[in-house]
Amino acid sequence: MIIQALAFYLFAGVAVASAVMVISARNPVHSVLFLILAFFNSAGLFVLIGAEFLAMILVVVYVGAVAVLFLFVVMMLDINFAEMREGFLQYLPIGALIGIILAAELILVFGSWAVSPESAQVLAAPTLPADGVTNTHALGNVIYTEYVYLFQASGLVLLVAMIGAIVLTLRHRPDVRRQKISDQVERRREDVIEIRDITTGSGV
Amino acid sequence: MVEFWWSYAWPTLWIVIQILFLVVPLLIVVAYLTYAERMVIGFMQLRMGPNVVGPFGLLQPFADALKLMTKELIIPTGANRVVFLMAPMLTFVLAMVGWAVIPVSEGWVISDINVGVLYLFAISSLGVYGIIMAGWASNSKYPFLGALRSAAQMVSYEVSIGFVIITVLLAVGSLNLTDIVLAQKNVWFFIPLLPMFIVFVISALAETNRAPFDLPEAEAELVTGYNVEYSAMAFALFFLGEYANMVLMSGMTVILFLGGWLPPFDITILNWIPGVVWFSLKVSLILFVFLWVRATLPRYRYDQLMRLGWKVFLPLSLGWVVITAGAIVIFDWYPGIVN
Repeated sequence: MIIQALAFYLFAGVAVASAVMVISARNPVHSVLFLILAFFNSAGLFVLIGAEFLAMILVVVYVGAVAVLFLFVVMMLDINFAEMREGFLQYLPIGALIGIILAAELILVFGSWAVSPESAQVLAAPTLPADGVTNTHALGNVIYTEYVYLFQASGLVLLVAMIGAIVLTLRHRPDVRRQKISDQVERRREDVIEIRDITTGSGV
Repeated sequence: MVEFWWSYAWPTLWIVIQILFLVVPLLIVVAYLTYAERMVIGFMQLRMGPNVVGPFGLLQPFADALKLMTKELIIPTGANRVVFLMAPMLTFVLAMVGWAVIPVSEGWVISDINVGVLYLFAISSLGVYGIIMAGWASNSKYPFLGALRSAAQMVSYEVSIGFVIITVLLAVGSLNLTDIVLAQKNVWFFIPLLPMFIVFVISALAETNRAPFDLPEAEAELVTGYNVEYSAMAFALFFLGEYANMVLMSGMTVILFLGGWLPPFDITILNWIPGVVWFSLKVSLILFVFLWVRATLPRYRYDQLMRLGWKVFLPLSLGWVVITAGAIVIFDWYPGIVN
């Protein structure tokens, strides 16, 4: 138990510290790297509460894909760091407001757990019994049966977003020569080569 | 005191012993893989390869290690020191931690977690950070270009690797690597899932930045890409990381498609040979293919690389997921649910 507590404080401490570094680091690339560290430690916290599937998905999706693209974009940006510092105070009130709203919502959620008697029962009896069922199976059982329509709907939302991104950025440029592999494969010797007997002194 | 020993100190010590028993042979394998690569490519090109240091040149890897350790570590003035030094360490560490879940024989695994294959996928998708950090921190043109290429390439091929893994999962019904191997008792998965096996091996080549997909380090155009500015042990860590990643991806191929530690036929004599021998033989086979491909094929052009990843492998693997799932439903081939 002690080791679990120690691990929790390690992951939680590093996660919070790196989250602070994300907004206070001078260099945006360092910010993204600290963001990755924060994601990674959150994954560690998921493992500690026994949600190893979510932990791995967090690493695969956020660290392995989303943060790579972030880093990609941030590395290629040409930013004037001094100018960015000036904007910091300007955006501070909005940021603080959002932070306060989030904190209030979290307090409401956890406060209702403490207050309402029904939620205590919900907490005591989770959706599936945990014995012998790995949480991958448990999640699959719930997502693909009870919540299948919601699951499909969220898939559709993602699909629409993806198509939207493609439509917004796709430009057909007429001046580009593209490789057409089928044309290259279909090309026959007879179509392109002609052998002629040419007598000396005359042209083709 | 006795309780402290049995509940905390001994388990920690036991894990450390297990890690040493895995990592030391692994590092020797990595060292001799560099030797094997030069020998195999040498013979394929009708050369001798390294044959001077020790009998048959067998001490060459140690000579190389000694050379790299005694050289000077140069940090460029414009480099971002911390990130610059962290990048090779990250590459090397990530190549090592993946092995925590690889079962080299029945029960011979440090951590037999129930999301093993996802863990491997997550770790291999982190590999890109070492390269991208090295490219950025070097503050130099060639490394940066190499890093950008590498990031795009690894992200692209990860997608099809993910779908290949899903196909195998459909056939197994578990994310645990031991279960995946045991599900291949009757038939190794490379027979029913042959197209996926090919896609996986080619994607593994791309994921480890090996020829013919070694654009991140294309010598002819980028000198050697992301590791131009590195010297001495920092360079050696990149090098070791790349080769350890090759071994890891080969191990993953063997577990997913070639039946892990299982012998080719379920005969008593073959079952007498310990599983770790079969595992090593299969990994060596895949590694030989890696080297063979490097000696044979020319490097891909960048647009061809992207086309292969997105327009060929992605639809193919996605389609095969649908076909496998459909076949399982229609013919009622549900794998036994193993928790």
